[in-house]
Amino acid sequence: MSRCGIGNSTDCACSGGSSSPVDTARRLFLKSATAFTTVALAPNVTLMAFAEAHAAAQPRGEPVTAKQRWGLLIDLSKCADDCNECVSACSRENGWKADGNSRTDARWIRKVTIKNNKTGATRSLPVMCQHCASPPCVDVCPTGASFKRADGIVLVDKHICIGCRYCMMACPYQARSFIHETLEDQKPHAPRGKGTVESCTLCVHRIDAGETPACVEACVAAGHKAMIFGDLNDPASEISQRVAQFPTHQIRADLGLDTGVRYQNL
Amino acid sequence: MRATHRPISDLVSALLSALLIGSFSPIPASAQETAKAGVRLAAAPKPAKGEGDKCVAPTEWMRRYHMTVLDHQRDKTVHTGVRAGPFDLKGCIACHVVEGSDGRAVTVADPKHFCRTCHDYAAVKVDCFECHASRPQEEQKSSHRSDEHDIAELAGYLKGKAP
Repeated sequence: MSRCGIGNSTDCACSGGSSSPVDTARRLFLKSATAFTTVALAPNVTLMAFAEAHAAAQPRGEPVTAKQRWGLLIDLSKCADDCNECVSACSRENGWKADGNSRTDARWIRKVTIKNNKTGATRSLPVMCQHCASPPCVDVCPTGASFKRADGIVLVDKHICIGCRYCMMACPYQARSFIHETLEDQKPHAPRGKGTVESCTLCVHRIDAGETPACVEACVAAGHKAMIFGDLNDPASEISQRVAQFPTHQIRADLGLDTGVRYQNL
Repeated sequence: MRATHRPISDLVSALLSALLIGSFSPIPASAQETAKAGVRLAAAPKPAKGEGDKCVAPTEWMRRYHMTVLDHQRDKTVHTGVRAGPFDLKGCIACHVVEGSDGRAVTVADPKHFCRTCHDYAAVKVDCFECHASRPQEEQKSSHRSDEHDIAELAGYLKGKAP
């Protein structure tokens, strides 16, 4: 897969001896945070059973828990080479624009074409933050701004992001970008500002409202239905059943990051 | 003898300096003096009223503690996904709308913006709007495109696909 240009920085996910004390502290904190939310939510177990029609989202107003792990399954046999609907839907939803400067453009989601040099076979795939279970961007963040939510969504807390861009370098998927210019008229649900790093949020504001990400919605609207969003932890969800039934791929699975975004027919 | 003289001389000098400071002090003793000296105090800010009947908390309390509660709410929202709550910035912005001359809600670039009226007076910089929207989104459904738009776009796509 390294030939696809998605990234080959295997050494990014390492945990050097010097950084281990910091990692330990953060993991302990995350562990305790998870335990706390689980305890606090124990009475809502029954509620969850009724929320299935709603993509089994946490009831509004309750903290998210590790009960869910949100993921995407992208069937590349249904993903049209020349279709860009997911990318434009993301741009519309989150208010970012690409002005053609590949060095500074926002990069929430992009279409990547990979080619097998021997057979000439090509595949076009949307690549966004892969929402890893062990995200290297979180490991390297010096302030704790880069974090993984209990339900597996990897985010940047821009209130504490100092714009150092370590996470951009650590991400093997080149899924993060830095905001270089002052912005105006951002979307109220997607705050973005100069000096911070950003990436796909899996449309976290929509998930919290029980909806699906904008890219998935656009893919369905375009008639392709190549993207499925759902809970990887729920064996009854469509995504879990598809993942159990068909062989699926994680990009750069060799890094062992356990991505939340899976690809079928890669 | 010297020991008794010293305190007296100190007292005299203290009195003298107090008199001097009093007579040359730039701080006015009364409003009349202010007017005489031509010093004008900035008028107290009059922030626009919100749209609802009353704020989520008493006004005096909000003046002092709004940032504390906003910070608390923002951490809950970003890290645990709890978006419901009385102290979310989006709610404040949706309620405290100031209309500009064009009939649209003003952004923080306008001095009439709700937050700016006080913050300009107190000379406290607001960082929130470097990232956050400073006015409500005009069409709430803009993130969800209309069905007509979907159909038109799908039709266009299919036409492009036709041989």
